[in-house]
Amino acid sequence: MSNFFTGLLRLKRGPWEMLATILIGLGVVMLMQPFALWLYTYSFVVTLAGTVMFIIVSHFKE
Amino acid sequence: MTDSLDTRAAAATPVRVAREIRGLSDRAIAWIFVAPTIFLLLAINIFPLIWTIRLSFTNFKANRNRDLEWVGLRNYERILGDSDIWLNMQATAHFLFWTIFFQVLIGFTLAYLINKKFKGNDLWTTIIVLPMMLSPAVVGNFWKFLYQPQIGLFNYVIAFFTGKEPSSFEMLGSVNLAPWSIVIVDTWMWTPFVMLICLAGLRSIPDYIYEAAEVDRASKLRQFFTITIPMVLPFLMLAVLFRGIENFKMFDLVVQLTGGGPGSITELTSINLKREAFEKWRTGYASAYAIILFVTVFGLASIYVKALNKVKER
Repeated sequence: MSNFFTGLLRLKRGPWEMLATILIGLGVVMLMQPFALWLYTYSFVVTLAGTVMFIIVSHFKE
Repeated sequence: MTDSLDTRAAAATPVRVAREIRGLSDRAIAWIFVAPTIFLLLAINIFPLIWTIRLSFTNFKANRNRDLEWVGLRNYERILGDSDIWLNMQATAHFLFWTIFFQVLIGFTLAYLINKKFKGNDLWTTIIVLPMMLSPAVVGNFWKFLYQPQIGLFNYVIAFFTGKEPSSFEMLGSVNLAPWSIVIVDTWMWTPFVMLICLAGLRSIPDYIYEAAEVDRASKLRQFFTITIPMVLPFLMLAVLFRGIENFKMFDLVVQLTGGGPGSITELTSINLKREAFEKWRTGYASAYAIILFVTVFGLASIYVKALNKVKER
């Protein structure tokens, strides 16, 4: 876990891609869940943030 | 002495053309070859995407000849606050979850069985793969006949096992059964695809790993959970992502089967989007809807590419 945070601080590609992937996954789950309308409302922002982050961090060094 | 092919080709090239080609750098020649593809990509993919993004901020209607009115983020706000679209998303989620669940379960089991060497192995693989090769429109049509309560084979098979009257239930007309009817058809059609990916994963596991496990007296069950599953997992993930992206965009099969009904219980997002764009002609609103779906699919595709690279590295 500490490796993950160290990687984030040092702008390593792996941990940042992981974070972006989690955001995209979270956004998709929020979009399709049947429990709360507000989660659905904010799903697009979360997915968009994850996707844009993924595009940017995929250019970071390994 | 015989001239080589390139010497003869160079000699056959007219002097004027040869001089022109010699004047171009390798980079320029590469650009000449790539340019038509880039141009087509820009014209067919990138330009419509940018145009759709632009339209998503307007109240444009494709069937009305009037000036565009800039509405900002209003289309996005309306879509993301609309409980009907939320229900469509849930219908899509139901379809996605259960199709992927059954396809992975049955696909992996079939791949595991096919991977064992037995007589007629190749024949069975071909038979299993057949549904995947059919057109979704054809599959939709003939399953519609299979689901007929009066003459459909499906109802008779269910009636045989449950003792119910074949005409006592209607797969496509019932609110409770219609979502499952589309899940069954998609599973029937696309399980072979998952099976093929799993089979590739199973065949990529070297035999010596199992031999080493045998030497260490690992049981078959232990070998399955500590060797087979971890080694096939990246392939399974790939299959899940691929089917997830495809089913998120599902349109043709469901339109043929239920048309989104009864009511709107099987109205997946892509069907709803088509209605907004080409039946209600709310082009600006539908553009915003399309962008929301696009970003979701693009995000999933990014994960898919990452998973694909991981599989390639193995």
